[in-house]
Formats: sequence, C-alpha cells, structure tokens
Amino acid sequence: MSVLVHKDSKIIVQGFTGKEGTFHASQMIEYGTNVVGGVTPGKGGQEHLERPVFNTVAEAVEKAGADTSVIFVPPPFAADAIMEAAEAGIKVIICITEGIPVQDMVKVKDYIANRDCRLVGPNCPGVITPGEAKCGIMPGFIHNPGKIGIVSRSGTLTYEAGDQVTKVGMGQSTCIGIGGDPIVGTTTKEAVELLMNDPETEGIIMIGEIGGGMEAEAARYIKEHGTKPVVGFIAGQTAPEGRTMGHAGAIIGGKEDTAAAKMAIMEECGIHVVKSPAEIGATMAKALQG
Amino acid sequence: MNLHEYQGKSILEKYGVAIQRGVVAETLEEAAAAYKKVQELSNNDVVVVKAQIHAGGRGKGGGVKLAKNADEAQEHAGNILGMMLKTPQTPGGLNGPGKLVQKILIAEDAYAPDFDACEEYYVSILMDREKKCNVIVYSTEGGMDIETVAEETPELVHKEWVDPALGLQGFQARKVAFNLGLSGAAFKNMTKFIAKLYTAFVESDASLFEINPCLKTADDRIVAVDCKVTLDNNALYRHKDLAEMRDVSEEDPTEVEAQSYGLNFVNLDGNVGCMVNGAGLAMATMDVIKLSGGEPANFLDVGGTADAARVEQAFRIILRDPKVEAILINIFGGIVRCDRVAQGVIDAYKNMGDEIQVPIIVRLQGTNADIAKKMIDESGLAVRSAILLQEAADLVADVLGK
Repeated sequence: MSVLVHKDSKIIVQGFTGKEGTFHASQMIEYGTNVVGGVTPGKGGQEHLERPVFNTVAEAVEKAGADTSVIFVPPPFAADAIMEAAEAGIKVIICITEGIPVQDMVKVKDYIANRDCRLVGPNCPGVITPGEAKCGIMPGFIHNPGKIGIVSRSGTLTYEAGDQVTKVGMGQSTCIGIGGDPIVGTTTKEAVELLMNDPETEGIIMIGEIGGGMEAEAARYIKEHGTKPVVGFIAGQTAPEGRTMGHAGAIIGGKEDTAAAKMAIMEECGIHVVKSPAEIGATMAKALQG
Repeated sequence: MNLHEYQGKSILEKYGVAIQRGVVAETLEEAAAAYKKVQELSNNDVVVVKAQIHAGGRGKGGGVKLAKNADEAQEHAGNILGMMLKTPQTPGGLNGPGKLVQKILIAEDAYAPDFDACEEYYVSILMDREKKCNVIVYSTEGGMDIETVAEETPELVHKEWVDPALGLQGFQARKVAFNLGLSGAAFKNMTKFIAKLYTAFVESDASLFEINPCLKTADDRIVAVDCKVTLDNNALYRHKDLAEMRDVSEEDPTEVEAQSYGLNFVNLDGNVGCMVNGAGLAMATMDVIKLSGGEPANFLDVGGTADAARVEQAFRIILRDPKVEAILINIFGGIVRCDRVAQGVIDAYKNMGDEIQVPIIVRLQGTNADIAKKMIDESGLAVRSAILLQEAADLVADVLGK
C-alpha cells in the first residue's frame, strides 16, 4: 500500500512554470509520477511539459481531478499557495519551499487545522513511494521499492538512510521528508503513525535532529502503540547550544532539545538508537531479523 | 537576527510601548552629549551607562553602571567603550575573551524617584513550537534569569497562548496584569503595555521579545528597562528597515564572509573541518567526526551546487582556522553529480597548491559515485576517497592516528 503518495495519486505542481518547478516536475514525470498538470496564476490554458497549466488550484481539482500538490512557490507566496491548495480540497499538500516566515506558518497551521488535508513540509525534500510516485526533489535512483518506511527532518540525510537501506538489500515503502522548520505540517509522530498503520511497511527509520520536542513525542507514541522495529538517529550530537545549524528549526534552546536528551528518551521507548549515521541500514537489517 | 538593546527599544517605541529612554554613543564626545540629552529629558542627573553587545548578563561583567553625575557617566563611558566585556553568554563565558564594546547606551534612571517602590517583572513573547502559536511568558520574578525561576519556582512562571487567527484578546492582557498582582493605574498600563508589545512582535516578525526587567514605577507606569529582540531571518525581506539594523561586527567575521558566498557556516572549536551538502547531513557528519576520535571544527553546508569555485571558497574558509588538522568532504550527490563535485575538488586543490597542508578525505556518494572516486584516486593528489560513510569515518580515525 505505502502511504501518502501512490501510482494513482493525481498530482499537480504549484509554481509549475518557474525554474525550480519546471526542473523538478520534469524529473518527477521522468520517474513515472502521475503528474496531471500544474498551477501558475496568469498562465492558465497554456501547456507545459505536455501537461495543462491552470490559473487556480480549484480549477486543477475540477478539471484534472487533482488530489495531491507539490509546492515550489518562492517563500513570500508559499503560505498563500498552501492555503489555496487546502481550500480547493487537495488532500496531500507537499511544500518543498525553504525560507517561509514563521509567523506565516503559524497562520497556515491554524487555517488548515480543520480542513480535510495533510500538509508535509515546508523546507523538506518531499515524499517518495519508490516505483510509484516521486513528489519532491529527492534523487529517484537511490530508492528501491521495499518494506522500510523512513521519516526525516533532513534532505540529504534521508537520502543517506535510503541508500543504506538499499545497500543492505532492503527497499523503502515510503520516505517522508517532514522538513527542517520550527513549524511543520506533519510531525515526526504523525509520519511514524502513518507508517505504523501501513501493512506494507515492516520497519521504520526515524531521523531527527536537535531542537523541538517532535522526536520525544514520536518515541512515546512508539512505546505505546509500536508494532514494528524502529531505528532512530538524531543529528547534531556535537552542535553547540543557541546556534542555528542550517535548518531554521535546528537550534538547542533548552535541555530537552539536545541530541543526547532525545536519544535517551528514544532508547527508553524501545527504539534502536544508533550513534553513528553510518550504522542506520545495518541496524535496521539486524532489528528485522529480531 | 539579533538586535542591540537600543535597536529593540526603537521598535517598541514605534508601537507605543513605554521604554527606559536613552541615547546611543560610540565615542566619549558623543557620550557627553548623550548624557546632556538624557539628563534633560529625564530631569535627573543620574543615568545608567549600558554596554551594547549581543549577549545577556552584561551587568555581571561590569557592562552596566549607574552614574550619579556627568563626571561619573564620562568615567564609566571611558571604561566600558572599547572594553572586552565578558558575560556568561559571550564566547567562552566569563573565562573567555569577551566581546568588544563599540557602542554604549546612556539611559535614564527608570527607577527614579523611588527605587524601593518599584517592582520588577519578566515578560517575553515567542513562538511555541509544540502548540504552533505565539505565547506570552511572564512572571513576577523580574530581573532574574527566567530559566532559574522556571526550575526553582515553576508556579511563578505563567503562559498565555494567543490564537493565530484572532490575535491577542483584551481578556488575555487583563489576565496577565491580574496574575502579576496589579491594580488601579498600574493594571491599566500593563494591559496597554502587553497589547502594544504583542502588536510590535507580530508586525516586526520577531521570533523573540524578552523584556527583563519590565518595571512598575512608583507612579504606576510600566516600562521596558531592557529588551532582547531576535528577528526571523526568513521574514527580513518584508522589513527592509529592520534588516538594516544588522550589526555584522557582532558576528563571527568568517561566518559573515561564508554567508556572502552562499555557504552556511558555523565556527566551532575542534580539529577536523568538514564540507557537506545539506544541513542534516552536515550535523550528522560532525557526529561522525566525533565518533572517529576528532572534534568538528565547523558546520558547513555548501548547498545544492558544489562546483570548483565554491569548494575553493569553502577550503579557504576552513583552512583559516589553524586548529584544523584534517578536512572531511561529505557530499551525497542527488541532483548534483558526484563527478562534477570531484572535478571541483581537484580543480580547487590544484588552484590552491601549497596552501593545503592537511590531509583531505572526500566521500562522494550518489549519482556517478564510482566515476568520482576513480577521478580522485587517479588525480595524483594527496586526497583520500571513500564511498560509504563508514569508510570515511575510518579514514578520519586513521589520519588522526586514533
């Protein structure tokens, strides 16, 4: 089954005709993703990458039956793009954009709270279900269809984990890049929960980093409801306090924010915590053998 | 982006939040003129001389002094301007080198005329990551370190969460004033203070406002005596005036330079430099260095393009640190092809010639990783290559002799 995106998802790209949108949409199409069109206000009626361009998301939903959107809109307009997608009835909204002001995301999070949709990101690599749909900027070739679900706040570190899983002879069910911002649409716990409830997923890799309480929340959920082995890694064991490490959300504010604190909680909750990111794949393979 | 106290206060003032007034000075002449102005507007000879640096705890290091007259003010100004101020928050703490004070704020004595009748409170606004909305944190225990208060007397720290769609409501501001034990004119002034402060916070896209102490004077005014303001970097594009407040002299010069090249760099104390694409992988690479027996000398995210020019700039920045004994380059090529990165490393290395005196380890994984490894291995350069992360970790341990 996998989660969030499938071969039958009807996917549109917001910011379709822009530089980023064009490049990544063509990569998605090349991968075999079911991209049914795109949205660029003012360019409706045109054709781009052999697919229709719509003026509004509502039009894309109405005319192309879109149910999933991948957003490549620049930061000043990205919050608006997310709300437009939610209002138009898009069910899975994946926002790749990095650099959205926090106060914009506070409003977005509130706006979509009571709507029937799921936001993934922003500031994320996207979501891939190998062999079915690539919705984001991740390289397709490092992924293979399989049984391991991956949840991560980071882009290249997700690729690293995916690659290690492939190298030890396993593939991925779905890889979810939840994003590196202080406010994200889908939390670590929510992404883990999706994979825990997915019959096709047999093991879960959860990659976190310094800052915030999302990993601790996910760990407590796993302790309570976990039915599959979970391997965990927290990036930033050597990060200094009070400094933002690249991702806007990666900053140690209090004691609970440190990698050590998060790893301790995860271990207590029965997660196979690795200290070195080089051991993620091998540890998963071992955990699955029991 | 962090602001100086005087800059933060200028934002508050714009929104009608009552502040302890003051005038900035960078020289002794300016300090003398500033004293006169402050003396005039406060109608009081007593002033406070406050060092303006991006760090809290300035009083503890001798960066905040009360002056009873013009002579004392001038004396303190002379001592503080140009001093290396050490506070618990400056690099290395009270035992570190401290931070150079280039500006002072000559401020009125907000506690006059009756110091003993004043009350100090704590008020801050920030975004609550758990609840995904703004929160006002406040306490009757002002003038102290709020973390200590929260640890020792958590019941004295109150929080008021604000609905993102509706904004701060009147009853919420009143609740803050009630919980601080205020009544009469002071109560009214506090509700106004909180409402205006919240508007200032939202409209300037701040990520932190910390007013400590927030003062109730003998005549029931509510005044921001100190303020720490941090702004959301992502929102500076819509606040050109605030963006101009950036004081690069308060930042690490190497980090500022790296930024101008589009490199995300943070200086650290260790002996192994690193160059990585992606923030998460960069942090993970620092962890690998530590597990291999080294200490990371920096965090460096080269971003999506790792061509020769960028790699060379990154090399130069890392090598400026004399503590660096080795450099680990860790690139996961997705959209970027590893052979291109390898060519970048080779070109940069050749361009720099003898400037590179430390061992370099390059780990390239992803698109065309095998070709890239071959290119590095056949280049004849003193660069060691790896494909798996574990191999790179072993090479780091090896060059460090661990």
